[in-house]
Amino acid sequence: MHFVVCIKQVPDSAQIRVHPVTNTIMRQGVPTIINPYDLFSLETALRLRDEMGGEVTVLTMGPPSAEDALRKALTYGADRAVLLTDRFFAGSDTLATSYALAQAIRKIGDAWGAPDIVFAGKQTIDGDTAQVGPGIARRLELNQLTYISRVTKVDAEARTVELERRAEGGTQVLSSSLPCLVTMLEGSAEIRRGSMAGALRAARAEITTWSAADAGITDLLKCGLRGSPTVVKRVFAPAPRAEKAKQIEVKAKSRETADDLIEALFEAKPAMQADLEQLAAGL
Amino acid sequence: MSDAPKTAAAPSRAAMKKELPEHFKAYKHVWVMVELERGHVHPVSWELMGEARKLADKLGVDVGAVVIGAPDAGAREAAAESFAYGADVVYLVENPILAEYRNESYTRTLTELVNTYKPEILLLGATNLGRDLAGSVATTLLTGLTADCTELAVDADKSLAATRPTFGGSLLCTIYTLNFRPQMATVRPRVMRMPERHEGRIGRVVEHAVALEEESIVTKVLKFLPDRSSQTSNLAYADVVVAGGLGLQNGENLQLVRALANVLGGEWGCSRPCVQKGWAPAERQIGQTGKTIRPKLYIAAGISGAIQHRVGVEGADLIVAINTDRNAPILDIAHFAVATDAIRFLPALTEAFRARISPHANDRLAG
Ligand SMILES: Cc1cc2nc3c(=O)[nH]c(=O)nc-3n(C[C@H](O)[C@H](O)[C@H](O)COP(=O)(O)OP(=O)(O)OC[C@H]3O[C@@H](n4cnc5c(N)ncnc54)[C@H](O)[C@@H]3O)c2cc1C
Repeated sequence: MHFVVCIKQVPDSAQIRVHPVTNTIMRQGVPTIINPYDLFSLETALRLRDEMGGEVTVLTMGPPSAEDALRKALTYGADRAVLLTDRFFAGSDTLATSYALAQAIRKIGDAWGAPDIVFAGKQTIDGDTAQVGPGIARRLELNQLTYISRVTKVDAEARTVELERRAEGGTQVLSSSLPCLVTMLEGSAEIRRGSMAGALRAARAEITTWSAADAGITDLLKCGLRGSPTVVKRVFAPAPRAEKAKQIEVKAKSRETADDLIEALFEAKPAMQADLEQLAAGL
Repeated sequence: MSDAPKTAAAPSRAAMKKELPEHFKAYKHVWVMVELERGHVHPVSWELMGEARKLADKLGVDVGAVVIGAPDAGAREAAAESFAYGADVVYLVENPILAEYRNESYTRTLTELVNTYKPEILLLGATNLGRDLAGSVATTLLTGLTADCTELAVDADKSLAATRPTFGGSLLCTIYTLNFRPQMATVRPRVMRMPERHEGRIGRVVEHAVALEEESIVTKVLKFLPDRSSQTSNLAYADVVVAGGLGLQNGENLQLVRALANVLGGEWGCSRPCVQKGWAPAERQIGQTGKTIRPKLYIAAGISGAIQHRVGVEGADLIVAINTDRNAPILDIAHFAVATDAIRFLPALTEAFRARISPHANDRLAG
């Protein structure tokens, strides 16, 4: 079995600052991490490999420094890492990204065997679009299985899979066939810790680095800015609210403070009392 | 790289706008994909219908609703509702193969409708269904898709200006799909207001038959396991929400939040760390990676108001923060604040509300 896992290196968004004048993300000094959602897909792939045998290839598109994310994935136990990096990819939106990744996955298939399951993260924490996985699935004509909470069965011989998918109000139990594209739900797997041996191996491992041409991408019009139908016209910081919260004075007795707060609420929104009475009565 | 904003290159690219290619000029009207599942329409579809109505009025075009489902499974009712919420035309596809959502059958159906009737704008909910479908349809059509928009507008040259938060809400960016059609966007539930419903409003139904054979659809739905009712909350759609954060010190104290929510007839929620610590189930999380809420009253107890939390609660009419720190970021968005220990204050507030609004509710059990 061959599992390909697409990961993305993202800035640790808890530590992001926005430049007050230029409204650009100040990336300097912000640590990068593997997009947390990707880890659930990576973990699922590693477990399937451990159970069934085979190989896990991790793939990322990004600047040369995205190599760090790949080494981290190797520490967890991935067998091989491919970095797709080229200035032609700069400014790619989700359509252009899925094109480049799909081409690279084809190339990976040529080199090391066609993947049985391609995994992607459910979404990223920086772009948050959830569109790259489906884009890859369409382009490679893989059965698309998103928001998966559990891969219950993979039958290598019959080429079938059974999985559970999060849907509105419940779980869909699905059967499908290989090859497919899967995005895992957060919390769907306990992420392993990398071992010391894994870290040593990862540090020495050779990372396969491909330019657009190496990955067999000849149609550069489909890449980067030129291959992106969407255009960002304006970037701005959210407007802060004009006035700050009104402080309710804290009295010695909590109950008095509470009554003052309720009074202030009803004064600010006169309809609120009637609304709340109705709700409380279960109407 | 992929979905990050293209800040540096934005001006030059925006200037690149060419005239819309000839074959796209026939694309007209604003469409909403109505999410009908097991006889039930997701309310986000009506929220989008309200937005579509505004956009269509600006453009002087019609609102089209796409209703897809199995025969006799609520599609006719959903069509009638679509008119009530502002649609002019309903594109109706009924086929037994469309009984359950599956990517393949739905992608084929929606793609065929778009290619046949040519909308200029196509809106979907940023739900699991909507995101799964939007990604494949946009890739099939090779058009642009802007995910999780918080504002939709039509600019002077009649293009869709879709604004969305990025980097967890630290920045907003306005995105255009200039030279491709349709312009696609998804919007999360509760980000847009529910429009008014006009009983008896009617429109035109276009029935469309798609050729689908079950044999050609690889993925099968073996079973649907509905959530136990205890798992499902109405958090996103509640009129009153009380939520707790790390300031409550431990999981047991979330009971204080539940008790207040109960007296108010509302729902309870929490910040992300409470879920990570196992104090509350994931579906109670409010914020960027949880639920977006839009209540009349939101009470946040022991929550600092980090940007990822804030983006999920900004739509609330009235926000109360109970926080010992007078400089906590939540005060930037709260209307009222009480700088006190939430663990002591919540029971008092619960009692005070009980006395004010539900004098007969003494027999209602908290929790
Ligand atoms: C990618 C990403 C996605 C995220 N998504 C979400 C999300 O969807 N939702 C979310 O909520 N967070 C999210 N977060 C986390 C977010 O950044 C914050 O870490 C989190 O919201 C903080 O939770 P908190 O306010 O409960 O805790 P803290 O930030 O620790 O705040 C606790 C607050 O309680 C106050 N306090 C302490 N003691 C008391 C007391 N006795 N009485 C009253 N007040 C007291 C403190 O003054 C403080 O303001 C996300 C983070 C990342 C990186």
